[in-house]
Amino acid sequence: MISIVLLSVLGIANLFLGFLRSNRMLLPVAMLILVVVFGANVLDWNAASQSYFNNMLTIDRYSVAFTGIVVLTTLLLLPFSEKYVRDGEANLAEYYSLLLFSLVGAIMMVSYDNLLMLFVGIEILSISMYVLAGSDKRNVRSNEAALKYFLMGSFATGILLFGIALVYGATGTFQLTQIGAGVANPANASFTPMLYIGMLLMFIGISFKVSAAPFHYWTPDVYEGTPTFFTAFMSTVVKTAGFAAFLKLLMIAFSSAQSFWIPTIMAMTVLTLLIGNVGAVAQNSAKRMLAYSSISHAGYLFIGLVALNGKLSANGIFFYSLAYSIATVAAFAVLKLVIDQRQREDYDGLNGLAKTNPLLAFVMTVAMLSLAGIPLTGGFFGKFFLFGAAVDKGHIGLVVFAVVMSMVGIYYYLRPVIAMYMRPAIDEEDATPVAVTGFQSAVLVLLALLTIVLGVLPSLVSNLL
Amino acid sequence: MLTALLLFFPLAAALLLHFFKGGTARVVAFGAALLEFVLAVVVAIASKSSSATQFAIDQPWIASSGIRFHIGLDGLSLLLVLLTTFLVPLIMLASFRHEYKNASAFYALILFMQTGLIGVFVSLDAFLFYFFWEVALIPIYFIAGVWGGERRIQVTFKFFLYTIIGSLFMLAAFVYLYFQTGVNGAPRSSDLLAFYNLSLSAAEQSWLFWLIFIAFAVKMPVFPFHTWQPDTYTESPAPATMLLSGIMLKMGIYGTLRWLLPVVPLGVSQWSKPVMVLAVIGIIYGAIIAIRQRDMKRLIAYSSLSHVGLMAAGVFSLTQLGLQGAVIQMLAHGVNAVGMFFVIDCIERRTGTREIADLGGLTRHTPVLSVTFLVMLLSTVALPLTAGFVGEFLLLAGVYEYSAWLGAIAGLTIIFAAVYLLRMFQRVMLGPDTSFTATIRDLTGAELAVLVPLILLVFWIGLFPNTFLHISEPSIIQLLDIVKR
Repeated sequence: MISIVLLSVLGIANLFLGFLRSNRMLLPVAMLILVVVFGANVLDWNAASQSYFNNMLTIDRYSVAFTGIVVLTTLLLLPFSEKYVRDGEANLAEYYSLLLFSLVGAIMMVSYDNLLMLFVGIEILSISMYVLAGSDKRNVRSNEAALKYFLMGSFATGILLFGIALVYGATGTFQLTQIGAGVANPANASFTPMLYIGMLLMFIGISFKVSAAPFHYWTPDVYEGTPTFFTAFMSTVVKTAGFAAFLKLLMIAFSSAQSFWIPTIMAMTVLTLLIGNVGAVAQNSAKRMLAYSSISHAGYLFIGLVALNGKLSANGIFFYSLAYSIATVAAFAVLKLVIDQRQREDYDGLNGLAKTNPLLAFVMTVAMLSLAGIPLTGGFFGKFFLFGAAVDKGHIGLVVFAVVMSMVGIYYYLRPVIAMYMRPAIDEEDATPVAVTGFQSAVLVLLALLTIVLGVLPSLVSNLL
Repeated sequence: MLTALLLFFPLAAALLLHFFKGGTARVVAFGAALLEFVLAVVVAIASKSSSATQFAIDQPWIASSGIRFHIGLDGLSLLLVLLTTFLVPLIMLASFRHEYKNASAFYALILFMQTGLIGVFVSLDAFLFYFFWEVALIPIYFIAGVWGGERRIQVTFKFFLYTIIGSLFMLAAFVYLYFQTGVNGAPRSSDLLAFYNLSLSAAEQSWLFWLIFIAFAVKMPVFPFHTWQPDTYTESPAPATMLLSGIMLKMGIYGTLRWLLPVVPLGVSQWSKPVMVLAVIGIIYGAIIAIRQRDMKRLIAYSSLSHVGLMAAGVFSLTQLGLQGAVIQMLAHGVNAVGMFFVIDCIERRTGTREIADLGGLTRHTPVLSVTFLVMLLSTVALPLTAGFVGEFLLLAGVYEYSAWLGAIAGLTIIFAAVYLLRMFQRVMLGPDTSFTATIRDLTGAELAVLVPLILLVFWIGLFPNTFLHISEPSIIQLLDIVKR
């Protein structure tokens, strides 16, 4: 709870700092705020779970763990906005504050107990993101991204709200536990069609946010047009919070209606994995590839939902989100540094990076191996735990399909690695090293180390929940 | 403790190498590899000859899920660890003459790979085994892909995809087995012994066999999973080729012995005939294609394919002769392959070509080189007194015991090998000079330093194979007990 308060208050304070016209202050202050919030969040770990706002929010280990991921991700991502500081970006204070506010939304999404709070959380997160997607005002692509994201996103929110209303109609409550009881209560059988339609509409709304097929169409365009720094935020924090919210919804509210939604979600899993992976193969832009890859990771996370295996699912999704977020931040960070300098987003833009910037190439490689799920990296155990949870529940066919899809993944994740290590730079200009500050290098090393630690000693965090 | 030291010392050395540059880096790397070999010899001397696991370490790795960090050595593992630690310093020494760009990264990757290889040979937990299995792949991919020949990108990409996809099948099988250990309410475990003690139905073993076998078949490689191999061997830089054929190939055979035969014995007996036929096809296929090769490195690549086919056939004969033959042949082939690829690399460096047609008359200019070449070659052909003879004799005896017909066909391998290898020798070493060979120098001292230990080992294995056979015998007997029960 304290993290929500801190973020809101300090976010506003940060906004006022913008009046000082001192961009150099902003980045350290924003990072400091996040460190404080992370610390405050950790303090909540050992406290007993507590409800706030008339039981609308519950801060328990589940919410603390996922809050930890989103705050940590943002913290590790922030140093790569350094170019804005250098370029004297006029609205930097607003950007940082929007990021902090959107984290408030994310935290509400992982700790809600009431569907209204879920809705408010999603909206806070989304509206910040609509603005940030269009933050590169003079770029047509960025404008297109913001408009697309906003139009499609508001439809999705509308559908979600409609779903919530129908679920309320069927069960008479917004409270998760009471919905769970209502769904299980045979006396409510006459409302079943309404409930099921409501559930479906809610699934559509949330699936849009986590870019799961068939509601993924916005993803590649929006990811490509959005400034890379915010794309990274979008593909990590939004997804983590979305899945934490989704899992909570399914586990607590709808677990008695499994026979209805498991086939639905399973079909979506298959579709998401297929579209994400096959789509990524066809891309020539590294950024677009990462967009499709983020779709495919939504598919892997879906497997944890389908398994609905209590602790195994929660821990699996937690571990996967953490490993995925760290690897994605690393990948986008390197990509952003390269794109800023070389002004090209295709794989060839990465050519020869191992020669000019061995560190960037190494970090990118670790990130790619992790996203591909190759041992020694966190991504491997992420998939391992999720697939294990699903096999445990007998979803062998689904897991086999997911494994086949991750084989496809290896193909496209290797392409940046090949470009960096095995192809020479295209021209003189590309043969000059990409500018990286010492602090950024340190953060990149930390990201790579975290990925490897997760891949070697997964038990450090694999059993937290 | 010793096992852990053996396992992690190369990794620590690899990390340390980051602080050295160029010439110093390779000396440090070589020193570390040598020290590792000494360590392995110490372990070998300290070990007892028995089938029991020695120097075991058993710690929880992923708590709560019964996956443990369980490593240890028995005779079979020990031999392969000795082979690995013996060959790695020699391979490094062999690469000294090349000025590889970014040398510290190059040697660090070799050391990193050594940790992966040793990890594969000492793991006693299925997931740990899989972990190291993949860890060994990553560095070799970079070694071959970064320092390789012109077509390296496509070729290593294919290699990487093939092997990793193959091993994902194995992982799937391991996950299934892991869940089976918990069926009767027992805590789940991925320990080797837990897998041995599973009682699986014949139908389950039937498909599990293929899932696991494909991973090993790709690695060895067994026909028809071999298509990555000739290109990768040819395009890789010489040290990578030596690592691939000298050591990495043995991961497949070792895996079959440790993780396939005893885990799904019914599956093995059900499918051993088709696999034997595939292996024998590989023997003949590799040999016939080798005869037609013009590039020496490619020729040895196909010869390697042919020889590994014989090893696979020996393993699946499920006879003590065949298995022991496979073990001794793993050592012999490791030594032979590294020696052959090294000699070819020496010739290529001097003449700038590997084409057989471009070469001729080397004996006159380089008598020492041609003698060492002949020794390696005759050992590959399996001439008595050399290492190759012991291995192939036992293997053929094992295959013959299984089926006289297959034994007879597999026996052709020796004749074929004589054909393609002696023809190559004749054309390259004898005959008139060519424009490439008129002015070349003989082996240098540094090159001899690589070849002499190899030649000594060729004769040691050839003359006193019991030194090595004794080490692995108890393990092999125990293995057959488990398979046959």
